[in-house]
Amino acid sequence: MKKLVIMLTVPVLVSFGLLLWVYQINMAQGFGGDNTLVVYNWGDYIDEDLIGEFEEETGLKVIYQTFDSNEAMLTKIEQGGTAFDIAVPSDYAISKMIEEDLLLPIDYDKLDNFDNIDPRFLDKSFDPGNTYSVPYFWGTVGIVYNPELVDGEITSWNDLWDMPLENDILLADGTREVMGFGLNSLGYSLNTTDKDELLEAEKKLETLWPNIKAIVGDEIKMLMANREAAAAVVWSGDASEIMYENEELTYVIPEEGTNLWFDNLVIPNTSKNVEGAHQFIDFMLDAEIAARNTDYVGYSTPNEAALEFLDEEVTSDERFYPSKDVTDELEVYENLGKRMNAYYNELYLRFKMQSK
Amino acid sequence: MNQTSQTAKTVYLTTYWLWIALFVIAPLLLVVYYSFFDIEGNLSLENYQMFFTSTYLTMTLSSFWYAFLITFFSLLIGYPTAYLLTKTKHKQLWLLLIILPSWINLLLKAYAFLGIFGTYGITNQFLEAIGIGTQQILFTDFSFVFVSVYIFIPFMILPIYNAIEKLPPSLVYASRDLGASNWTTFRRVIFPLTLDGVKSGIQIVFIPALSLFMITRLIAGNRVITLGTAIEQQFLVTQNWGMGSTIAVFLILAMVLVMVITRDWGAKGAVRR
Repeated sequence: MKKLVIMLTVPVLVSFGLLLWVYQINMAQGFGGDNTLVVYNWGDYIDEDLIGEFEEETGLKVIYQTFDSNEAMLTKIEQGGTAFDIAVPSDYAISKMIEEDLLLPIDYDKLDNFDNIDPRFLDKSFDPGNTYSVPYFWGTVGIVYNPELVDGEITSWNDLWDMPLENDILLADGTREVMGFGLNSLGYSLNTTDKDELLEAEKKLETLWPNIKAIVGDEIKMLMANREAAAAVVWSGDASEIMYENEELTYVIPEEGTNLWFDNLVIPNTSKNVEGAHQFIDFMLDAEIAARNTDYVGYSTPNEAALEFLDEEVTSDERFYPSKDVTDELEVYENLGKRMNAYYNELYLRFKMQSK
Repeated sequence: MNQTSQTAKTVYLTTYWLWIALFVIAPLLLVVYYSFFDIEGNLSLENYQMFFTSTYLTMTLSSFWYAFLITFFSLLIGYPTAYLLTKTKHKQLWLLLIILPSWINLLLKAYAFLGIFGTYGITNQFLEAIGIGTQQILFTDFSFVFVSVYIFIPFMILPIYNAIEKLPPSLVYASRDLGASNWTTFRRVIFPLTLDGVKSGIQIVFIPALSLFMITRLIAGNRVITLGTAIEQQFLVTQNWGMGSTIAVFLILAMVLVMVITRDWGAKGAVRR
């Protein structure tokens, strides 16, 4: 009995001790007052040196937290437990957040560097007029492949069906992405709500199974770099990381068209430091800072002024910086509403079930 | 004295019931409650209608099939291992070695297998060296069952080991003295008397195997879809809590079924013998 009491009290006491310790450390470093800024970003999606510089410049303390999916981020912001000042949701998540009143409007008088953004990345359907969000990075969905393992050149979605790629394709596990390229390969919009078109796309995707090796998550980067498969359907950001790891590979934006995606900076309505949040956004919009950040992250920057500070070899690469003619043809995901979204997922699940 | 022990009993019982109510009964009720709401939050039976379509029924069947395979191979390897363990000199050490891998995070173990089973991994290098040539191992049924068995097998070995340990050696000696062969002794004495351990082992392996997810993506590359995968998808991606809960309801029913079957099976067996 005595032993049991000791066994129960010791962990409780230790926890309290640790909690107190953490609190003291936080206070010592200046955390805990109004001079903090809570930034909620994707993992490994910022050059962390820049956070230090921002702290020096503004005297604010940044608490940096990361998430690994829009859904996880959404859930946490909806619950409102933490006072996030900055978040970086993707396009469709932004429109959801606007719908649910989770965002504060951006005060453009406070952003001196906003003009750096290329206008072709503004005023998209998920946030008309950019009332609530400022572009951070952008990209496409396409095919990354290893020319040494593929006989010929892949240029279109239909090549995945037509070329000899038996058991040699990996797909990124995303409903909209997979259903989207199924629809695009048939010449339909990836935002279609026409059930016949969707059913046709799902049926067509099922016929791709002999070529599909697996549908995986983030591991796709490691697997492709290790030559586990010849081709993969991925986001351009992942493709650039894969190509950094293994220079044999190349990336293509399929000619039937594809998705154009954005990760934008937003201010959640949980923010307790709206002023600081604007300072942070403006800091990240600075041409030189954005260039350094892009250099680190490796995704495509919407910051036109930053392009000057980047390697010519990078910015002239049509695979990652396609011209306006190309991007104009691409589609941004629209928020299809809960019911349609569920239908997409239902079809995607049905497609996955046909692997045998 | 009696008074204090009475109070102590009340305290313990209250804590126990509070625990059960909050962490067992309430979540179950919530799952059932949510299963009656469609994606827009209206009361409906839509989710149940959806479950009885071919997609979900096939998925249920295949979940059962893979869970069965995993349990079967765990038992096939686990029983002899547990038996041999009781015969070794340093039992505790061996047992520790078997439990040790379960201290490592599941995700790390699964990731390790990506390297081991990959096209250029150790296994294929070995197969190449002995002249068989590179095979596709990753993203197959084989790798899925193999890795799952690897993960679950300690939970099969432990209860069986305990049951065999508890078996009085005198019973085995008696059987031998009466002229029974080793095989007969095993079949008529050891196995029936350790059946309880086997049953707990089956329950501990089969039920989690039914709701496996993550490994289905990492190791099987979504070529195996279990009910667990579907629940994960409904909650995290579709955010259709109702449908996720409905699948969970059927998963719970399946688990109850397994418990009932393993219980009856043991009871009848004992009577017949």
